[in-house]
Amino acid sequence: MAAPISQAATPTYETRRRPSRVAAWIVLITVALIALPLVLPSYQVSIATQILIFGVLAMSIDVLAGYGGRTSLGHGAIFGASTYVVIYWTSVLGGGIWTGIALGILCTTLLAAVFALLAIRTSGVYFLLLTLALGMIVWGLCLRWTSVTGGENGLRGIGRPDLIADHISFYYAVLLVVVPVTWAMWRFVHSPFGLTLRGIRDSESRMRGLGYNVPLHLFIAFVASGFFAGVAGALYALFNNFVSPSTVQLSQSVAALLMAITGGVGTLLGSFVGATLIISLENAVSVFTARWPTVLGLTFVLIMIFAPEGVVGRARILLSQRRKRQSSRALH
Amino acid sequence: MDRRQFLKTTALTLATGAGALAAPHIVRAQSGPIRIGLMAPQTGVVAAGGREIIDGFTLFWENAGSRVGDRSVELVIEDDASNPDTALQKARRLVEQAKVHFLFGNLLANTGLAVANYVKDNGTPYFIPVIAADDLTQRSRIKNVIRAGGYSASQFSRPLADWALKQGYKKIATISQDYTFGHEQCGGFAQTFTEGGGAIVGQFWHPLNTSDFSPYLGQISGLAPDAVFAMETGADSSRLIQQYASFGLKGQIPMLGAQNATDQSVIRTLGPECEGIVTSAHFAEGADLPATRAFVKTYSGKFSKIPSLYAFSHYVGAMWVAKAINRIGGKVEDRNLLLETVLKTDLPDSPLGKPVRFDDYGNPIYDVFIRKVVKNKDGKFWNVPIETYPQVSQFWKYDPKTYLKQPPYSRDFQGIKKT
Repeated sequence: MAAPISQAATPTYETRRRPSRVAAWIVLITVALIALPLVLPSYQVSIATQILIFGVLAMSIDVLAGYGGRTSLGHGAIFGASTYVVIYWTSVLGGGIWTGIALGILCTTLLAAVFALLAIRTSGVYFLLLTLALGMIVWGLCLRWTSVTGGENGLRGIGRPDLIADHISFYYAVLLVVVPVTWAMWRFVHSPFGLTLRGIRDSESRMRGLGYNVPLHLFIAFVASGFFAGVAGALYALFNNFVSPSTVQLSQSVAALLMAITGGVGTLLGSFVGATLIISLENAVSVFTARWPTVLGLTFVLIMIFAPEGVVGRARILLSQRRKRQSSRALH
Repeated sequence: MDRRQFLKTTALTLATGAGALAAPHIVRAQSGPIRIGLMAPQTGVVAAGGREIIDGFTLFWENAGSRVGDRSVELVIEDDASNPDTALQKARRLVEQAKVHFLFGNLLANTGLAVANYVKDNGTPYFIPVIAADDLTQRSRIKNVIRAGGYSASQFSRPLADWALKQGYKKIATISQDYTFGHEQCGGFAQTFTEGGGAIVGQFWHPLNTSDFSPYLGQISGLAPDAVFAMETGADSSRLIQQYASFGLKGQIPMLGAQNATDQSVIRTLGPECEGIVTSAHFAEGADLPATRAFVKTYSGKFSKIPSLYAFSHYVGAMWVAKAINRIGGKVEDRNLLLETVLKTDLPDSPLGKPVRFDDYGNPIYDVFIRKVVKNKDGKFWNVPIETYPQVSQFWKYDPKTYLKQPPYSRDFQGIKKT
């Protein structure tokens, strides 16, 4: 049964926004991102790079969680698998870095396809647990398959190519990848396909009743999301130059999910806000106290109480409320 | 004041100002404080050990008045969270933002390996008193990574195997945590023991954080070995020693162990069940040597516990590097000079109680004690030397070049001699 995928896109709040204002924001953010390494010290540039990479990972989770209604706890493993492949290919097999990256992304996309086949028929807490279990399998494999993965000790990389060896040029290289990837994800979730996903999120049975092939849509969404997580993982291999089971462990998936939630699930770009908040908080607080995980935990609790929609989600609500008030005032 | 005059004076003021600001900066570069970055796990699975790293390391610098080579010392302490990714990030922060002159620390092998890989590219000296991964001073040696106060994993289990042979043990079973540190410690033991004519009758590998050892203990008693070699750390070690006693194996089959198995961090919480276990190490807190006694007394007085491996290794490591810095008059900016001097520095008066020096690979050569756990006069258990193997290097009695041709120890390669 062929699913009637293409439906005329209904106007959403994005299209309602004034295009000139959107363009101004895009220009502003682009300039800020490009100018960043010129004003920041070199170490902070590496933090900014890390934020970009984890932003992509968090977005890949948001594609599923915010638009497909499926919260995954296995994306850390998908991400880390890509890192493993890239480092294994370059340091153990002595292959080229670019082939390694391509292979890493390819392998994780396949891995995501396997995950998807097993997980898409479930939803809610079952989906959460199933992806968690699949992630744990990857982690267990990386930990115990010592002859390939180096076990607990992990694998050490060979370093970045000279062209992007220093922090600043690597930042630009990452930016050069992250921007189109972000755009691709944006297009993906705002396409008719993305709208169908949102339909599935809101009512699976209705979408099925309308004749949509729900599992196929979810499968494609999961694989695409895995692909994006793989891109982030490959960049991380270049960034960290080292991989060990802690890169694929559960806490990695949780951290990325928390970034997506902090930014706002279903806002896509909120993931970058979440990544920025969490990573810079981690770095800033740990300078002052060894109890930084406590501070981080309290922050999450506060966000969940006062802004359960996430930072960007909350901001959007406040903005639309203000707009409503303004327009009602204009009517009187 | 006309415009020209104004420009002149402004330029002059600015120039003097810049000069005045720049001048002390140049002077400061040579006489400012020596900044040392210490990374220790303060959160995560090995946080308790991390605390003792910080205690031992800071104790040395406090005693030294926070001065060395006529410069003051500034410690920057970071939490590696027992996680290699965090450790890497903290190493980057210490080197690139805090601009430390050299790095110290880390506890888990994977955190140390990650940081070592990072400093390989930028040349920052990195001293590892606890990280024992063999290959860091063997097959994948990095010039600026030096094991000051540390040891390689397989180094101390070899003399213990030799000692076991002398006791007339013929059949030994090993039980070990299933990760690289365990593979290497067991490998050193198994290779020396089998090459000396002994037999390894069984090897048991259990995952980290095993709570129930009964399946392994049942199999071990079934093999009826002359002794058991246990490679354990932390909570696994306490549990194994307790269960070994409650299964009635203690007293039947003697237990030997790698040094972490009866480290103070483990046995200070245990009772008589740990008594009599024999291990090997470069340090024995119960040794009747003046330097050791003095150190144990100071440390116990300050932190009200007997120092563990983590504390004294970092104390010794700090002492070693400090001595080298004194010799070069505090010029830590010259990394090559610092590294070379550290490698050439001998340490005759450390808490280890015996003189120590480095081999050509950046790993120390120690007098290794065979130690036995006994109760001291305060009723606490500690390790007391019963025999000494002088000048044990990481290559035991092998020629380094031939030794390095064999593969690194793993589950599959334990160096067991085929008969």
